[in-house]
Amino acid sequence: MSLLEVDDIAVHFGGVKAVDGVSFRVEEGEVYAIIGPNGAGKSTIFNLISRIYELTRGRIMFDGHDVTKLGAHQVAPLGIARTFQNIELFDHSTVLANLLMGRHLHRRTNFIQDALFLPKVRAEERAHRQRVEEVIAFLELEAYRGKMIAGLPYGVRKVVEIGRALAMGSKLILLDEPASGLSVEESQEVAYWIEDMRRDMGLTVLMVEHDMSLVSQVSDRVLAVANGRMLAEGTPAEVQAHPEVKAAYLGTEVAA
Amino acid sequence: MRTVFKTSYDTDIDLHEHWFRRGRYLALLVFMMSLPFWADEYFLAEATNTLIWSLAGMGLMVLVGHTGQPSLGHAAFLSIGAYTDVALMNAGVPFLVSFPIAGIFAGVVGAIVAIPAVRMSGIYLAIATLALFVIVEEIVILLEPITGGVGGLFAPAIEIFGIPFERYAYLGNFYWLVLAVVVIICWGYANLMRSPTGRSFLAVRDSEVSARALGINVTRTRALAFGLSAGVTGLAGALMGHFIGFFNYELFSIFISINLLLVVTIGGLGFIQGAFLGAVLITAVPQVIAILRDGLNATAGIDLGAIPGLDTIIFSLLLIVFIIYEPQGLYGRWLKIRTWFEIFPLARRDMFRRQKSYLKTERSK
Repeated sequence: MSLLEVDDIAVHFGGVKAVDGVSFRVEEGEVYAIIGPNGAGKSTIFNLISRIYELTRGRIMFDGHDVTKLGAHQVAPLGIARTFQNIELFDHSTVLANLLMGRHLHRRTNFIQDALFLPKVRAEERAHRQRVEEVIAFLELEAYRGKMIAGLPYGVRKVVEIGRALAMGSKLILLDEPASGLSVEESQEVAYWIEDMRRDMGLTVLMVEHDMSLVSQVSDRVLAVANGRMLAEGTPAEVQAHPEVKAAYLGTEVAA
Repeated sequence: MRTVFKTSYDTDIDLHEHWFRRGRYLALLVFMMSLPFWADEYFLAEATNTLIWSLAGMGLMVLVGHTGQPSLGHAAFLSIGAYTDVALMNAGVPFLVSFPIAGIFAGVVGAIVAIPAVRMSGIYLAIATLALFVIVEEIVILLEPITGGVGGLFAPAIEIFGIPFERYAYLGNFYWLVLAVVVIICWGYANLMRSPTGRSFLAVRDSEVSARALGINVTRTRALAFGLSAGVTGLAGALMGHFIGFFNYELFSIFISINLLLVVTIGGLGFIQGAFLGAVLITAVPQVIAILRDGLNATAGIDLGAIPGLDTIIFSLLLIVFIIYEPQGLYGRWLKIRTWFEIFPLARRDMFRRQKSYLKTERSK
């Protein structure tokens, strides 16, 4: 059984078929990339997995659970973390607080215990901080710990968002364009991180990305989509060489 | 400038990161506790009033400042708290029991109302809370046997273990009682904000979509914030009832709701300290006007009393000025002044430019 099984999913907004009949399987420990031109429905697939949109058709299974029956806040406890294309951080909090919010799943105290700040709450806080510090060390965010998100440069925010997803301690991490808007050096760093996530943390990575050099560097398998439909699936080289993928990106040749 | 060298995670977990800061708050507490020994009755009554407003301000701050939900109906929770407390005391329940029950009851009402209401946001939620206020006001008038209807009722004298806390004869005791409640609630509030519950409030305020992605149940979190907010406001209402002594539904008018919003907005949205600064301002301005009025009348012959609603005009102007120039309120301004002194002479003009942003509450999508 695969970790994530997406079966023939579709979502229609009125007459627009944003995603139409997409199926794929992500195996445990794999880096799986979804590519496609703008408006192909890549981010929509993510939003379907994290239950922001309602499926018109199809089924998504994760680790033996039917995701499609859950509410948006019930997806994370299964072990799915995600980042957003347009960075959805908590702007009026510090980097540290944002990362600690990633630990919300693992809270064991209720609001009354929190208000009294019982010794148990302190012990939990220390444990969360320990985990968050590991993430900070991994992503080299030490210099930004106490900084407010609102004042941070774009590249750092992008990294903080990856950090928040990592702090959740999930099995599967969905990265929505992790390298968009980053410099060549920064996206190279993202590539190393993704490799480390898989190798050292045992994470499965599903990502949407435009940067083909990043995709071919880190991913095991690639799915190409266009206009909500699947074009090709295979290794990065296979997909890049696929005639339909070329056509979707570059347009078809007009017969002379 | 003081640099804190952090050697343990506890430095970040503790409420204050070093003893100097902790000491300042302790000094403030000692000063506040000493007030009945040297302040005159007029000043003490004003201080009590300010503390009650701070308590109500903290109640609204959880909701508006920390969870990003506006409410125009908080006078309703003040009223629920006040009437519940007095009704229970009239039925023979001692204050020590009736007071927490008043808070819990207001909180439960708040949470129940919140379950449908928190699905709305921005201006819609504000209107819904306004509707709640009108409903509660009408219920208070209709429930005449308990609330005294339009005529109103007396708040019975408070006595705890034989010690009198009556507002007029034992104002000092009443003041200490209010101070104790404020300190306990403030401590609990600060604890919440450094724990997972407080973080989930901030998460819901700043980005609902990513709060959900982190596994936060947004509806439940907002309802919890609403309930806690209503509960604390209910406690403030009970104290306000005892402070005023004799009251009817008019004490908890829509203007109280609006003034409470002023307290949190001018004080500084998102800071517990803001509730206190806002409360000081809102209770001090009418007094300053009164003093000025007498002074100007005697010396310059200008009659400020001839201008009706002068304090409302001043509040409105202050609100506009703050929203345009200092959305973080009095406390935000104070933080900037403090930083300016701490790093003197290295402050730059544009240092805080990037931080000048509005919380989502104020945008009212």
